[in-house]
Amino acid sequence: MAISRTIDEITARLDQMIAASDAELLAAAPERANELLALGEAILEIWLSAHGQTPTARTVEGFRLLALHRQGARGEPSFNACRETCRELVYHHNLVRLDPASPDTARRLRLGVMVARHLALFIGGKLEVAGLGEFCCSSRPLRQREATAQATETV
Amino acid sequence: MSGKYKNVAYYPGCALEGTGHAYNRSTKELGKALGLKLTELKNWNCCGAMEVKNIDPKLQTYLSARNLSIAEDMGFDTVMAPCNGCYHNLKKAEYDLKHDQASREVNRRLASKAGHTTYEAGKVETIHALDWIKDAIGEEGLKARVKNSLSGLKVANYYGCMYTRPRHIFPEKDQGPGTESTSKPHFMDDLLAAAGAENVDYPLKTACCGGAHTLSDSDTSTKLVLNLLTTAEACGADVIATECPTCHTGLEMHQVRAEKVFGRKTTVKILYFTQLLGMALGLSPRKVGVHENFSDSSDLLRAKGLG
Repeated sequence: MAISRTIDEITARLDQMIAASDAELLAAAPERANELLALGEAILEIWLSAHGQTPTARTVEGFRLLALHRQGARGEPSFNACRETCRELVYHHNLVRLDPASPDTARRLRLGVMVARHLALFIGGKLEVAGLGEFCCSSRPLRQREATAQATETV
Repeated sequence: MSGKYKNVAYYPGCALEGTGHAYNRSTKELGKALGLKLTELKNWNCCGAMEVKNIDPKLQTYLSARNLSIAEDMGFDTVMAPCNGCYHNLKKAEYDLKHDQASREVNRRLASKAGHTTYEAGKVETIHALDWIKDAIGEEGLKARVKNSLSGLKVANYYGCMYTRPRHIFPEKDQGPGTESTSKPHFMDDLLAAAGAENVDYPLKTACCGGAHTLSDSDTSTKLVLNLLTTAEACGADVIATECPTCHTGLEMHQVRAEKVFGRKTTVKILYFTQLLGMALGLSPRKVGVHENFSDSSDLLRAKGLG
């Protein structure tokens, strides 16, 4: 399922899914689970495209979302802060797909939406401050190339 | 559980002397209640946090290495850092000194200029407060000491992003049964379950809290925190247990800000895991610094028989 949207549009769709009734979610649970995964992929595609990269079509462990995360994290350690968020999204997708008739399906879908929303907020935030600096505490130093060139012992 | 961490050096770091004071207090009180000895590093300095690291990473390595050298000089082979940022930076310094000749060189030169022992990789092990309790006391040891069970308390365990990332600086993790997992950490879950708490399956336990974003883009931080809070509530949690002062402060402050700015009120409480364990061992909420938290959990604690 290819989705071409902005982060705001994706967030709006996620909000819509959260607001949906259980009956609406359960009416097409496997499709909603697939949509969630596709929205996650779309979020990462936005990040990669903004950085001049072509989003990969490959998969990791059977999922393109994980391959896209790996692509985004290459040379960008702070991107790993959403590593488990992506894996949780896959996990919730799998739970729904494997047992759509489970009494927990609506709840699982809702939690999956919240996980996807965190991914959208994280990537959206990173994009927003891209001109200001790194987002994550465990990230590489700000403007690493300049930092390497100018690294001095300041004491 | 090997019990090798019963007597360790203690590196509180800057946050635990300021906004994370309740974490400092509860960690020390918890150690006392469990008969564990903590000896604070003498004349410790900043770990280099992100400010120094962003400008000159090798200087950050040196700053963290200086703390490790103090531990070594004081005769310790283990230093416990409860703050995720400090823990991460000391681990990173250890990794850099082991694998990077240039870092070793800068560390040697600066240590020599400053006139103290040059720290060499492998001399001191850095552990987190979770490793400390897990190894020195263990789940069975905790169970045996519980006076006020946390039973009936539903907890979402939130580890934040720095406790497990990047993987390569934590070689002891992901080593099979009994070790911590970088993809699905569980030490806090294990300890709180041993104290009687009911852990909920929280899908955002290592997700970003937006901590580093707080000043440059507060709205994004607030939205990230709001999502953490609403997800915890959707999981049925009464409390989010934390083990990082930056995450903890962010959750508390942005919980208030979310209500003020976005009109979104959440009621889940935020407590350090050391506070929860301390109360399970019979310490009063005041003793573990609950009154120093921004998030008022007194009603909940009273209702659960802990306050």
